[in-house]
Formats: sequence, C-alpha cells, structure tokens
Amino acid sequence: MGSIKSEKKEKNNETHTHIISVLVLNNPGVLQRIAGLFTRRGYNICSITVGSTESPNMARMTIIVKGNDKILEQVVKQLNKLIEVIKVSDLSVNMCVKRELCLIKIHAPNESSKSQIIQYTNVFRGKIVDLSQESLTVEITGNSDKINAFVDLVRNFGIKEMARTGLTALMRGPKILKSKKS
Amino acid sequence: MKGAEAIIKALEYEKVEVIFGYPGGALLPFYDALYDSDLIHILTRHEQGAAHAADGYARASGKVGVCVATSGPGATNLVTGVATAHADSSPIVAITGQVPTKLIGNDAFQEIDALGLFMPIVKHNFQLRSAKEIPETIRSAFNIAKTGRPGPVHIDLPKDVQEEELDLDKYPIPAKVELPGYKPTKMGHPKQIKLASSHIFKAERPVIIAGGGVNIANATSELMQLAELCNIPVCTTLMGKGSFPENHPLALGMVGMHGTKPANHAVSESDLLIAIGCRFSDRITGDINSFAPHAKIIHIDIDPAEIGKNVRVDVPIVGDAKLILNNIVSNLIKISMNNNGNREWVEYLQSLKKSCTPKMDYSDVPIKPQRIVKELMNVIKELNIERKSIITTDVGQNQMWMAHYFKTHFPRSFLSSGGLGTMGFGFPSAIGAKIAKPDFKVISVTGDGGFMMNIQELGTIADYNIPVVICLFDNRTLGMVYQWQNLFYGKRQCSVNFGEAPDFVKVAEGYGINALRITNPEEIEECLKEALISDEPYLLDFAIDPSEALSMVPPGGKLKNIIDPITEHPNEKVICFDEIKRRFLEKGSNKNENALLEELSESEKDEGIKV
Ligand SMILES: Cc1ncc(C[n+]2csc(CCOP(=O)(O)OP(=O)(O)O)c2C)c(N)n1
Repeated sequence: MGSIKSEKKEKNNETHTHIISVLVLNNPGVLQRIAGLFTRRGYNICSITVGSTESPNMARMTIIVKGNDKILEQVVKQLNKLIEVIKVSDLSVNMCVKRELCLIKIHAPNESSKSQIIQYTNVFRGKIVDLSQESLTVEITGNSDKINAFVDLVRNFGIKEMARTGLTALMRGPKILKSKKS
Repeated sequence: MKGAEAIIKALEYEKVEVIFGYPGGALLPFYDALYDSDLIHILTRHEQGAAHAADGYARASGKVGVCVATSGPGATNLVTGVATAHADSSPIVAITGQVPTKLIGNDAFQEIDALGLFMPIVKHNFQLRSAKEIPETIRSAFNIAKTGRPGPVHIDLPKDVQEEELDLDKYPIPAKVELPGYKPTKMGHPKQIKLASSHIFKAERPVIIAGGGVNIANATSELMQLAELCNIPVCTTLMGKGSFPENHPLALGMVGMHGTKPANHAVSESDLLIAIGCRFSDRITGDINSFAPHAKIIHIDIDPAEIGKNVRVDVPIVGDAKLILNNIVSNLIKISMNNNGNREWVEYLQSLKKSCTPKMDYSDVPIKPQRIVKELMNVIKELNIERKSIITTDVGQNQMWMAHYFKTHFPRSFLSSGGLGTMGFGFPSAIGAKIAKPDFKVISVTGDGGFMMNIQELGTIADYNIPVVICLFDNRTLGMVYQWQNLFYGKRQCSVNFGEAPDFVKVAEGYGINALRITNPEEIEECLKEALISDEPYLLDFAIDPSEALSMVPPGGKLKNIIDPITEHPNEKVICFDEIKRRFLEKGSNKNENALLEELSESEKDEGIKV
C-alpha cells in the first residue's frame, strides 16, 4: 500500500508537456486575460497560438504548458473560470492532430547549397516559398519533432532567420470542443 | 435617450438603490443623467472609500454594491477597494469613466488602461464601445457579480458612449443574458455527497471548518443542522465568522494563525475535516505538511479551482453549500445518524475550551483591548441589539482581537478584509453596511493606522449624518507589525510608531462629529452606551496598551504550536525633520553648486570616452 502511494506521488510531481486547447469568445482583451492568468499564477507557457475558428465570434488558442499534474489541473480550472472561455481541454498528446508551421531563411550563396536544401525540403515535404541570390526561404509544417529535425539538418548552411508558429492542435475523431460542461 | 440615461435605467432595472462614487471629467454625462434619477448617490471623500463602502454594502446585505469613479486617477484610486472585494468574493460592480473611444490609446488626459488594470483583480470586466452594448452588458455584469462564486465586475465607460443616442426600444434590457462560457455548478455530485455522508457517519473525530462561503451561500441553518445532527464541533475562518453562533457548545472559534487553541487542536487531531466554502489559505493551514495530518478531507466549494489548490482533498464536492449541506443532512437522516456519536471527542474539546477561557476583565490603565471587546459584547447584549448590529474591523491587531474574542452569532454581522488584509477597509465599509442596513447599529472597530488611511470619510458620515460608531483602538503604533518585529526580528522596532498627532477627538470635532477619549476602563461601558443609543456618528478614541500582544502560531508553523508572546513598550526613536535636514546638509556641505556642476560635466566626459 505504502509503495503504491509513493509511486503515485512521484507521478504527480513529474513535469510533462501538455497541449491545452481553449475555445474563447473573440473579444478585445481576451488574449491579455489569458496571458495575464499564466503570468500571475506563475505557469510556464512554451507557446501559444491564436486564430479564428468555424464561428466568427470565437477563437481557438492552443497553449503548450509544462508542469506536473497538479499545476495542469489548476491551469485548466483557472482557465475555465474565465467568463470568456467557452471550453478548455487538455488534449492528450496521442489523441490529437498537431501541427506547427515554420518559416526558415537559410544561407545559400551557391547552386550546390541551394540544390541540397531543395532536396532536404522535398524529403520533409516542405516548400520553397522565396528565393534570392544568397538565401532560400523554406516553409515546413508538421509536429515539433519534425521541424526540429529539419532545423538541425540545415543549421550548418547557416540559418539567417526563423519564425515558428508554435503548435496548434485538434482532437482526433468526431469529438469537438463545445460549450463548457457544467 | 443618451447612453448615460440608459445606464441609469439599467442600474434601476437591477434594483440598485445606492451608488458610492466620486465624479470627474470622464463621468460628466453619467452624473448629469443621475441628476434626474431617484438613485441615491453617496459622495465619498476618496474613491477607495467608495469601493470599500460598496463592498461593505454587499457584505452586509448580500446585494450587489455599486461604486463609480472617473477615468485615470479615479480608476487607480478604486483599485485597492476592488481588489479587496475580489479577495473576499464580495459582489460589487465598479464603473469607471474613460476618455472618448477615439482618444483611447493616445495617452489622452486622464487616460489609463483601466481594462488591463482591473483585469487581474475582478471576476470579469468589460469596456463599452457603443451605447447599444449597455443593456446587455449591465445585465451581464450584475449576473456575473452575484452568481456562482460572487466577485467584483468592472465596467469601463468611455465618455462618448455615455453621450451616444440609444433607442432602448430597439435595444431593450434583456430579461435574461446568455453567457456561453459561464455556467456555475450549483448541485453537488450525488455520488460525492453519498461518499461524504458515509465518511461523516464513520468518523470518530470529525470537525467542520466553516469559511466565508457558508455566509455567502446563506447556508448557516444547514450548517447548524449538520453540526447538531452529528455532534460535530465547528470552527470558522475569519471570513466564516457568524456562520455558526459562537456561544453554541459545539463552537470552537477561529482556526489558524490567530486561532483558538481548541480549534487548532481539533483540526490537528481530527480524523475527518469537513471544509465548507473556505480556501485553505496559509493563514489557516500554517505548515501545510503538518496540517490535519490524520484527517480525510471533504471540501465543499462552489469554485472548482479552490479544490485541491492548497491541500490534498479526499472528497471534493463542487456546488452551492446550502444545497449540498441539505443533501448531506437528508442522507444522514436516512441512515439514521444521531447526535450521540463523537461524545468523547466533543467532551475533550469542550474541556480544552473551558481550560483556556481567555481573561478579559482587565482593569489596567492603559486599557487592555480585551476589556473593550468584553464591554462591547456586554453593551450589545444589554441593549438587545445582538441581531441588529454589525461589526466591521480594520486590519491588524484590532482585527485579530475582535476575531478571537468577540463572539459573533449571526451571518453578515462581522465584516473584515480577510484575503487582502487591507488597512483602511474598516471605516468606509461600515458606511456601506449602515446604508445597507439602516436599522442596524454599525460599529467600526479599527486601529489608528488603518483609520488614518481613510480618515477623510469622516466628512462623508458628517455630511450625510450616517450614525456609524467608530471604536478606535488607539495604541499609537502599527501594532501588528510592531508585534512581528518584536517576536521575529529581535525587537528591532523600525517605522512602527506614531507620535502624538493627531488628537483624534479634535479631528472628529473638526468634522462636527461627537467624540470621546477614553483612558479609564471603567468609562468604557458608559461611553459605548452613549454612542450606541444616540442616533449620531460617534468616534470613541480608546487609549489602549501598545505592548499588548496576540497569541499566534508563527508563520509557517504547526497549528498546535501557539505562542503567547509578551512584547515590550514601544521605544523606537523617531527622527524629526531638523535632524534629516542636518544630515542632508552635512553630506552636501563640502560641495557648493559649482563643484556639483563640474562633477556633472566630468561624468559626461567620462561617458563620451566610453562611447
Ligand atoms: C494597506 C496596507 N498597508 C500595510 C499593511 C501591513 N500591515 C498589516 S497590519 C499593520 C499595522 C496596522 O496598524 P493599526 O492600523 O494601528 O492597527 P493595530 O495592529 O495597531 O491594531 C500593517 C502596517 C496592510 N495590511 N495594509
């Protein structure tokens, strides 16, 4: 019995990365309200994406947080308390589709480096979206691991600039986030 | 109709009776509309006073209190009051004026980001962008403030929105508002309620901690039923005072840092803790790891985020305390729980209670605060106003003496700033309470420090002739801080002593308010009677012993380790301005102005070289 208890405790204290999907009313100030909550309560945000949804008065935020189970429970509960939050869901990592978009401007002063980068880009199913004498800009979409792998690969050419959106995600299957359960 | 008139109409629709406020440029249209309205407006002397008064009104009545302030400095002055209401879940609606919408963002005169400023200290806030939003927004604001876990709602109101024409027939005040993201849970989960009932049935050393939520939910009679049915002793938090009559044999008094010995022992030794509407703040738990070490914990709260936040919980029940307690009681009646259980446990706690009955009948000069509390209780009893009196306290020793020694028997009759611990709350909140309950005697117990933080409100009670009785525990020190410095910082008193000023009696008299200074304990009773019987504002300035300290659990300590400190008389030397001047001049005396200028240009040269 004692051992089970201590095991449980350990599990609770372990830090995980969580994907939290939040459906919010698209009101002015709502982003500040949510970001403020995280700062005030000392939760760590790894990334946050915001965008429109199927309905014009709502926006979806996908927040990546690191924390143990207790922190995560608080994050979800505190988010739920906000009046403008319609629904919060902790998407279990395996049960959702998640994507991140990354734009990378890579140093490519000659043909050989250009063609090499184009090859890599094809393998990663990316796109060349801009081209100049000494650089290429690549668009890559996928989960974060895939993007990290690509970034590692082209690092030696010299990354001039990079912009990542952070993860956005939806649940797999027919289930959707609807109004807050009461 | 103008937007401002629509706001007044919407406030009237919410049955608002009184507004506490302070006008200004950005609110001129609002105040102009108020001119034609029957709403009572109380002009306080500072916006903080308005917010605390609205809060006191809400706490005393359970209705939503309303305060208004102009943009910029008006809004910032409101902040402390709104944050105080937020920390104690008190329903108020705070309206601030704002610069016209087309100027927002331009750093216009008296512009401030009020939406951002209030965001972290309110349950929700709105900024109106057009008059047609008024009917629905005001409706939503009141709805949010008073339902679920109550709290303050702020509305930012640009000047042009107040002036904009609005056709209320086209945009009527809605009977109901739909807030898709706001659905507070009321009914507790039946399974959890069943589980809780069976825990209560089996427990041998149960104890209830009643928090402010019991008062807010009007669940005091249900709490009484549960306690009496199952013979469970009850302790309260500061905010829970009044939720259970403290003269009841099962009452143990307040728990926590400044709690009573029986309450702290009960929690530490219990095998089942039933916490209702409390948030287990650090002032209650002390060292979290040794808090109620042998107990299973049932936690009932309307706010799911409070459950599991600070302590581990075995049976969480989210919902309205009144409904949940009702369900638990009927469950227990069904399984024929009776009040013969827990006999030994209750007897043990009662004997503990008897053994530490506090001494209060001191006849020392200067007066001991305990004596004032005792006389106050006696006079209230003698005048037969126990059901018709409200105490507000300020923050500090005065608050803890009252919490500890003053027996409260009725809900909403002991108002205090618990969560934020705001000095300056006591007096203005008494004004709000008196207006909410005009037929009650309202007594503001306060320290001299906290009183001086909102002393200007003497002007308000004088002008409107609001018969609040101020009991000033005048020890010429910031007593609570002074006690901590004595206990935990090696008696190094630093900036905790006031000098001779002011003469509070003269200050009150300057406002035309009756005032008495009491230095002899034998005069306390008579003076209290005089003030309470008169129907006029009164200031009673009690000269109390500054060295009197409070028993307490050191911060972060175990609840059972209560210490009874002895402090010494204040002996801090306060330096006077002449001395400050001398020291400054001495430092600067070997430099004349030219030398300073030279030094300045030298340093510029230095920087030039660096660049
Ligand atoms: C606005 C504010 N400032 C500072 C404090 C810190 N503080 C807590 S108690 C206290 C001393 C209060 O002194 P007084 O009002 O004279 O009451 P006493 O403790 O002497 O009864 C202080 C400074 C506070 N709680 N609120």
